[in-house]
Amino acid sequence: MSSITEYFSGLFTGIRSLMGGMSVTWKELWTKKVTQQYPENRDTLVISDRFRAELVMPHDENNEHACTSCGICQLNCPNGTINITSEMIETAEGKKKKILSKYSWDLGMCTFCNLCVITCPSDAIKFNNTFENAVFTRSKLIQTLNKEGSKLREKKKETLAPKGE
Amino acid sequence: MLLNYSHPLEISNLTTWLDTTLRSSMPEFWVLFIEFALVIVALLTAYAVIALILIYAERKITAFFQARYGPNRVGKWGLLQSLADMIKILLKEIVKITRSDRFLFFAAPFFMIVASMATFGAIPFGKGLLAVDFNIGVLYVTAVSSVGIIGVLLAGWSSNNKYSMIGAMRSGAQFVSYELSAGFALMTIVVLAGTMQFSELIEGQRYCWNIFNGHISSIIAFVIYLISGHAETNRGPFDLPEAESELTAGYHTEYSGLQFGFYYLAEYLNMFIIASIATTVFLGGFLPIQVQGWDAFNGIMDFIPSYVWFFAKTAVLIFLSLWVRWSFPRLRIDQLLNLEWKYLLPINLVNIVVMVILVLTGLTLKDLFGII
Ligand code: SF4
Ligand code: SF4
Repeated sequence: MSSITEYFSGLFTGIRSLMGGMSVTWKELWTKKVTQQYPENRDTLVISDRFRAELVMPHDENNEHACTSCGICQLNCPNGTINITSEMIETAEGKKKKILSKYSWDLGMCTFCNLCVITCPSDAIKFNNTFENAVFTRSKLIQTLNKEGSKLREKKKETLAPKGE
Repeated sequence: MLLNYSHPLEISNLTTWLDTTLRSSMPEFWVLFIEFALVIVALLTAYAVIALILIYAERKITAFFQARYGPNRVGKWGLLQSLADMIKILLKEIVKITRSDRFLFFAAPFFMIVASMATFGAIPFGKGLLAVDFNIGVLYVTAVSSVGIIGVLLAGWSSNNKYSMIGAMRSGAQFVSYELSAGFALMTIVVLAGTMQFSELIEGQRYCWNIFNGHISSIIAFVIYLISGHAETNRGPFDLPEAESELTAGYHTEYSGLQFGFYYLAEYLNMFIIASIATTVFLGGFLPIQVQGWDAFNGIMDFIPSYVWFFAKTAVLIFLSLWVRWSFPRLRIDQLLNLEWKYLLPINLVNIVVMVILVLTGLTLKDLFGII
């Protein structure tokens, strides 16, 4: 007897749940389309700020950056993507100081793990979300992040740039 | 003829005119010969065109269900997409499979396409647009459409590939099971209508479609027919013969180019055929919506050409099938067979008896309300 009631209750709950499923898909049919029609909607495209597309070294209006050329990011990079060249100079006060001469980063070898940004003690580098990185030759992927003639921002003038800038 | 003026958009006007002009200038034999040739050409063209439209519609509707746009690059709204796909598939190489059964391998797609084409030919598309009107039309359609399964089994067997083989075996089990239900559901309506001939079936539904005429029983039969028809086409939740995650593509894994195109085409056309048979048998075929006594309303409805009614009704059913397809997860083989043998078939058998009682005791809507 119970098996018969089971049969029928199973049948009707089955039908009800199928109807429930169909009502869900019916609503889905009228939802807004999520497709991004990429090349056309370039102007309105929203890419999350957290997206890691390209490593940059922010420079301020005086063409100064925050990199002390300590080499920590290079040490922490699991892929050897970062290559820092630095030189020793003598300041006016006669102190020896290491300054950055070339900060080179290879997009083609980066896994976008963000370790370099996290470990940098001066917050000198960050990832931005400009994702259109395709180039025709591999050599173009190797980028120099410090700008021509840029120099280290003086500590006294300004405190460290806030995190995430 | 009055008909000519009251239905200016009907294609039957054209066919009648063609027939009379041919007959006035030629002997009987040549008239028939030319007409047969024209019918064949028209059907083949319709077959291909409908398949293209269906492929486009399916891709669009599927996309909408998934909150996408679907094809929208080739032509306006992607309208030429399926045409482009067709050209691509025609140009593709047909790969010869070594160590397959060459003859059966090449024959298999033809079984599939011939079965679906032979069924397609028997569908009444509109007033006077019925190529063959057998007095056992329903039986013919059921019989001929089952030939397709031979194509599937042969494809699986001759490919010499375990995926194909398993896919074909599953498809065979599924098809044989659900063919039973589909047949019984149609028989329920044959009991109600008292005829197997499509033209009479349709004519009997002028003021009261079969689905309303037999109320409870008809609706159950309709639902069962849609479910089993859907299962026969190997689509939607019943697509385990080609479950790509386990069987790559099932029975047509080894096929390429045009041969694959045949299976693809037949699959889409089977969807159309199931929907159009359901339309014809349950939803009044190409007849417009008519209410007995409301002559003005009937006149207006009648002005819309019959083929428009037919395709509109069929389109609704096809949409239903797509809706089901994108709502439910795929069944396991045991669930699939359970559904058929433990639910659909017993319900169906009881349903036929109920229908017989309804008809014999005069409880159909036509009897109750005196509709002709
Ligand atoms: S994101 Fe990771 S891989 Fe890329 S440069 Fe930084 S540390 Fe190296
Ligand atoms: S980017 Fe940061 S971690 Fe890397 S060298 Fe410059 S200051 Fe050091």
